[in-house]
Order: sequence, then structure tokens, then C-alpha cells
Amino acid sequence: MTNLKNKNLISISDYNKQEYLEILKLAAEFEENPRQEILKDKVVASIFFEPSTRTRLSFESAASMLGAKVIGFANPAATSIAKGESLHDTIKMLSSYSDIIVMRHSIEGAARYAAEVSSVPLINAGDGSNQHPTQCMLDLYSILKTQGTLENLQITLVGDLKYGRTVHSLVEAMCNFNATFHLVSPTALKLPSAVKMHIKRAKLKYYQYTSINDAVSVSDIIYMTRVQRERFSDPLDYEKVKDSCIIDASTLEGCQENMRVLHPLPRLNEIAVDVDTTPYAYYFQQARNGVYVRQALIAAILGLR
Amino acid sequence: MTTINKRELIVSAIENGTVIDHIPVTTVLMVLNILGLNNYEDEVLIGINLDSKKYGKKGIIKVRSKYFEQHDLNKIALVAPNATLIVIKNYEVVEKKSVQIPDKIDEILKCINPNCITNKEAIKTQFTVIGKDPLKIQCHYCEKSMTNIRFAE
Ligand SMILES: [Zn+2]
Repeated sequence: MTNLKNKNLISISDYNKQEYLEILKLAAEFEENPRQEILKDKVVASIFFEPSTRTRLSFESAASMLGAKVIGFANPAATSIAKGESLHDTIKMLSSYSDIIVMRHSIEGAARYAAEVSSVPLINAGDGSNQHPTQCMLDLYSILKTQGTLENLQITLVGDLKYGRTVHSLVEAMCNFNATFHLVSPTALKLPSAVKMHIKRAKLKYYQYTSINDAVSVSDIIYMTRVQRERFSDPLDYEKVKDSCIIDASTLEGCQENMRVLHPLPRLNEIAVDVDTTPYAYYFQQARNGVYVRQALIAAILGLR
Repeated sequence: MTTINKRELIVSAIENGTVIDHIPVTTVLMVLNILGLNNYEDEVLIGINLDSKKYGKKGIIKVRSKYFEQHDLNKIALVAPNATLIVIKNYEVVEKKSVQIPDKIDEILKCINPNCITNKEAIKTQFTVIGKDPLKIQCHYCEKSMTNIRFAE
């Protein structure tokens, strides 16, 4: 058994395969029995330097269901940070009041730095465009739950593969499990070569497509992401490509029975509402899985499981 | 005076210290900066546009009463990959070393990502060298990888 006590989670590469599996196993226990007062005497600081209601509520309900007291802020406007207090000083202060810190920040590298300053362990709930490792953990949990295994799967990633940080982390993590990757994106939003390097180094295969239709039948997982208009300098380019990365119920005809559609949410128009009622839709359960995975992380890092 | 003589004079004129030879002419001042010699209180002699058989023109720096750790010297490999270090004791060459690009680079570089925490708060930068030819580094904090190197002011 691995020991995750006091181990920060800043980047998905901070944990290894054994540690992912440990967390996922624990998450399954919490899904069975989500209300356990194991953190009764613990204080969880939840500090969101930029608003992210979805992630914050998921963390805070995870902590509350385990009986922890949650302190912090949802928006720094009302705190001393708005008066110009440095991240360094804010973290120093908070780590003397709490047993673990969950932090979201708009600046890349803020989480790594805060963890170095903090005297208590820290979980990164997103640092700018850099990392969002708990999203990746809940993606892994969702894949494991729907497929029964993480090994040897056909993973199709669709949409903005260039800027989508959840996609980059998921590729990196799934490289531990002998996955084959199917990459569907507009040419301008292809997976960066630095991320492809992970696939090559793991001696795994990837295939690139410009339309989702070509990848549906081989997929175990279709992981959808948003293609944002802002990524295109010419709005016409956006109009041209946006339809190649969206799905509706008819797109999924001919898929394998075990195939499930994931999405980090919120969605725009890339998944039509008629997919919601197919057996393939899993994105709402996926979001709910976030609570169990975050319970597992907090409990493991505090050394209580 | 021939080139050889000129170089011999520069080297032999030092009693104790270090000579850094074969620096590209354009990066001599950067080397001074990287080694912290702009604040050094003893004698530092700088030669620029000296003739070099191998490199055409070169720069040279002579520092009196100063010896460097290999760790510090390796930092100059970023701007002077072919530099030679000559350690002088009692007017004699006691050691010649070359420089190597280190695996980690602390403090001297600046992250090119404007939204990196190192550009927002007073933090010493740290980079991991992920490729040596061509040079590619990754920021320890924001995790961006970059090929263009910028020095901290
Ligand atoms: Zn950086």
C-alpha cells in the first residue's frame, strides 16, 4: 500500500500509477458510503482566487460529508488579498489555521509555489491554464467505473486538444495504462507535440482525425471538450470547423455498447441534448464522481485512510 | 605581437585566479553577469574581439583570486558552450575545464510566460533542462517548456 500522507497534488505527474489506483479504490469506498465523520477535528481551507463554483462546491461538499470544517473564500475581492497581500503571506497565514489547503488560482505555477510556502499539504484545484489534477482523477475514476478497467482502452479525445488542459493531463495519466489514443480536432487545435511526446515515450499509438465520425466505432471512451470561438482569429474558421467536433445521438450510431461519452462540463453545443437520454451519456455521473474522488484525496493526504 | 603571444600574456599575467577563454564576443557581458562578476571587488580583466583560430573573434575574462564551482561555471554553457576554464595558481596553469549545460538552472533565467507566478511575486526561478541540443527548458512552477532563453535582470 502506498502512503499519500502529506503528499501535495499539484500536477497529475506528481502521483504515479500505484497512487492513482490507490485513490480510485478509496473513491469507490466513499461512493458506497459517502457520509463518514472521519475528518471531524480537521479544518479544510478552500481558497478560490478566481471563482469556479462547480469545483469549489464539489470540494466543499466532499469535505463536509466527511465531517470537516471548511474555511476560506470563494472570491478574493472581500479579503486582504484585494488589498495587495502577496500569495506568500496569504498561504503562510492560512496554513496555520488549517490541516489541508485546496486552492484555485488564475496564475500558472501559483499552486506549486503555494505548496512550497505552506506548512500543510495542498491540493491544486486549477492554476491558470496549467494543471487541474483532481479533474483528471475524476476522469480516470469515470473511465474505470464505466469500463471496469483502465488497461488497453481506446480513448478518443475530441475538440480543443491544443489548449484543453484536462485533455493534456488525461493523455499523460492514460499513458500508464497502455491506451490507444484517437485525436479529433480542427487542424489549428491539434494536441501539442509536448503532449504527444508522452505517448511516444510510453511507446503507445495515436491516430489523428479532423472529424469525429471516423473514430466513433473504435472508441471505448469519447472524451468531448469545448471548442471556443475565442481560439480562432477569424470567426469564419470557427464556423467551418465547429461542426466536425460535435456529436448528437445519430453520430453515435454504430458505436460499441460499452462506449461512454465524457465531458468535463460545462458543455456548449458540442453534445446535443438528445445524447443525454442514450445509454452512452456519462457526463453528469462523471461530475458527481468528483465528490468521491475529492473525498478520497483529502482523506488519503490527511493520512486518515 | 602575434595572437598567440597576446593570449599568453593575458593568461600568464595572472598570479592566482581563473581565466575564461573562448567566449563568443556577444556574450562576454552575460558571462560576467551570470558569474556575478559585475559586483566582484578584485581585479577583472575583459578582452573582446581577440583573434581566435577556431572561432574567428572571441572574448576572454580573467578574474584575480577567484575560483568557481563547476555548478556555477556550467551556467555559462547557456551562452558560451565552448568556453574553456583555466585555473591559475602561482602563474601556472593547474587545471583546464570545459563547461556543460546543467540539468537544472536556478535563479539566472526568467520564465517567458507572463502569467507565471515567478513573474508576479518575488520568487527565485527554477528550470529543468529537457533538451540540450537545441536547448529546451521547463519552468518548475508554470510547467511551460521554452526554447528561447531570457535572463533575469
Ligand atoms: Zn513559469
